[in-house]
Amino acid sequence: MLKINNLHASIDGKAILRGVNLEINAGEVHAIMGPNGSGKSTLAAVIAGKEEFEVESGEIIFENENIDELAPEDRAHKGIFMSFQYPIEIPGVSVTNFMKTAINETRKAKGLADMPANEMLKLIREKSELLEIDRKFLSRSLNEGFSGGEKKRNEIFQMAMLEPKLAILDETDSGLDIDALRIVANGVNKLKSQDNAVIVITHYQRLLEYIVPDFVHVLYDGRIVKSGGKELAHQLEEKGYDWIKEEVNA
Amino acid sequence: MELKEKLISSFLAFENLVDIDSPIHDVRSEAIKTFETHGFPSKRDEAWKYTSLNTILKHDYSVFPKHENAIEYNDVKKYFIHDIDTYKIVFMDGKYSSHLSQTTHDGIDVCLMSSALSKPKYQLIIENYFNKVATKDSLTSLNTAFSQEGAYIHIGKNKLVAKPIQIVHFSTGSESALMLQPRNLIVVDENSHVQIIERHQSLTDNPVLTNSVTEIFANKRAIIDYYKIQNDNENASLIDNTFINQKQESFTSMHTFSFGGKLTRNNLNFYQNGERIDSTLKGVTIIGNKQHVDHNTLVHHIQPNCESHQDYKGIFADNSTGVFNGRVIVNREAQKTNAFQANNNILISDKASINTKPQLEIFADDVKCSHGCTIGQLDEDAMFYMQSRGIPEKEAKALLMYAFSNNVLSSVKIPEIKQRITKIIANKLGVNIGFDL
Repeated sequence: MLKINNLHASIDGKAILRGVNLEINAGEVHAIMGPNGSGKSTLAAVIAGKEEFEVESGEIIFENENIDELAPEDRAHKGIFMSFQYPIEIPGVSVTNFMKTAINETRKAKGLADMPANEMLKLIREKSELLEIDRKFLSRSLNEGFSGGEKKRNEIFQMAMLEPKLAILDETDSGLDIDALRIVANGVNKLKSQDNAVIVITHYQRLLEYIVPDFVHVLYDGRIVKSGGKELAHQLEEKGYDWIKEEVNA
Repeated sequence: MELKEKLISSFLAFENLVDIDSPIHDVRSEAIKTFETHGFPSKRDEAWKYTSLNTILKHDYSVFPKHENAIEYNDVKKYFIHDIDTYKIVFMDGKYSSHLSQTTHDGIDVCLMSSALSKPKYQLIIENYFNKVATKDSLTSLNTAFSQEGAYIHIGKNKLVAKPIQIVHFSTGSESALMLQPRNLIVVDENSHVQIIERHQSLTDNPVLTNSVTEIFANKRAIIDYYKIQNDNENASLIDNTFINQKQESFTSMHTFSFGGKLTRNNLNFYQNGERIDSTLKGVTIIGNKQHVDHNTLVHHIQPNCESHQDYKGIFADNSTGVFNGRVIVNREAQKTNAFQANNNILISDKASINTKPQLEIFADDVKCSHGCTIGQLDEDAMFYMQSRGIPEKEAKALLMYAFSNNVLSSVKIPEIKQRITKIIANKLGVNIGFDL
């Protein structure tokens, strides 16, 4: 589904990713872990198409197509979704209207007519129940005045609405209390299927108790320096990252 | 001949057209003298520092348009709020258009300034109100000198006017360049409520200069919701002078939506002559190309315990320029005044500019007055966020601009106006978003 080959990316001339290789197939869950500043969020943003980042070399292939030059919305239309670490507040646009616009624009890109209003309402009801989101919440301005947990739940609600092929969860666990974490993880697990894939970017092993990865990668200094199964996450939790750094620097 | 000389020499001819015995004969003569002394304002005048009239004064405007033209309702329907029943006072090149209008004398007077100025039954109102709140600056004086036609609205006590009133001034383009000077008078008596929509619309690309004066009197506990829709074509310029005198416990709100026109100057003046008055001034300006919109507001707090709320949003593209000058005066007697003012702007081009200036003159010591202005760009993080959800760049921009204007739109009380404005904004931004915020 996704194949990243020797990806180098920089921001304002500063190299952040220094040769990332990663392959993800449908039906898989990959965790990307690593210390602060290792380039985890940059990797997520580069896959989603954030223009501030300059791809210096390498390629991102999504479903056999090089997406390097595609605008963020085109990537979204192809089925790439990123849950933001810090979701943006947009006063004046309600959650419902935002979702309606996002869904109908995606349909338009696929040559489909707007989703009928009753179908949209049904979908919104169904997915908001999955994330245990109060209906009143949906008429509020997007993310404005939401608590940390509400913002993250709203991100996964958007994911549920858009049903992406590839979901990238960037530090979705940060700022979540245990109940919210469970709701979010439950939401992600319910959406999981043999046809889609998830990348979980996290600092801690905590979220991986709930969303169990098939593969765990350690990103350090802009490269994936170690890959393994879910037991690697436990090792990192116990021992921290120093031993990895030592291995790499040796 | 320069426009000033042309106007002064036209005045004698004009006086012969109208009734010399009219009670306002002296007022007109006085006013033309004021204009003769001061002329058109220039950039040397502090209040006109950022708005130059030079280019628009160069045209050879016809001051007395020829009458008669056969514009049908269907030709101009789109300029009306037509999906609801309304009273209409419509003018073509400054002359009353009876077939497009729907006036009334049934309990309220929704009719013509020319009748009000000439018929004895209106004489008392004219004596008490005409030119009583308008200032004596040169442009207002020029209008006063040529006062002849416009809307005359008098709502007596305890009337809830069920239908909004639309005042529409069309220019037809049968003159190569045309100057119009409509004069409106609106008097709303105790406990009455009225909603008014005003629009100036040119139907061709010929240059038009409108120097409009509207006097509004909100008497005790009156409620007036007033909407100005400024979406004229880019050869038409408007100097809109509006003066509002409020008595105790009255509520007046003015929404100004400025999207069109070459040069638009809004001189909007509120005078609070009573206690517990509420004045609201809101505006959305979205312009591009070489358009210019200048909001010059005044709220004069004269008595204690009153409020004023100002909220102006501006979005400027291309080479457009904007001005906001918001003056608030709080007299020494006007204790417990709450006066709020906000002016937020987004520049979406490097060549666009805005000059924004709050001007607070506070002589009372127990008041709450705030002001704030911002100038920024569209938030790039918000853009990426929306795009990453599949909303294309153009639509994402539009959505952010809608959101930005939403504070102002949300207080519009007539849903059809809100829809219309939303549609105009969408057109202006070249997008089709299928919902109203």
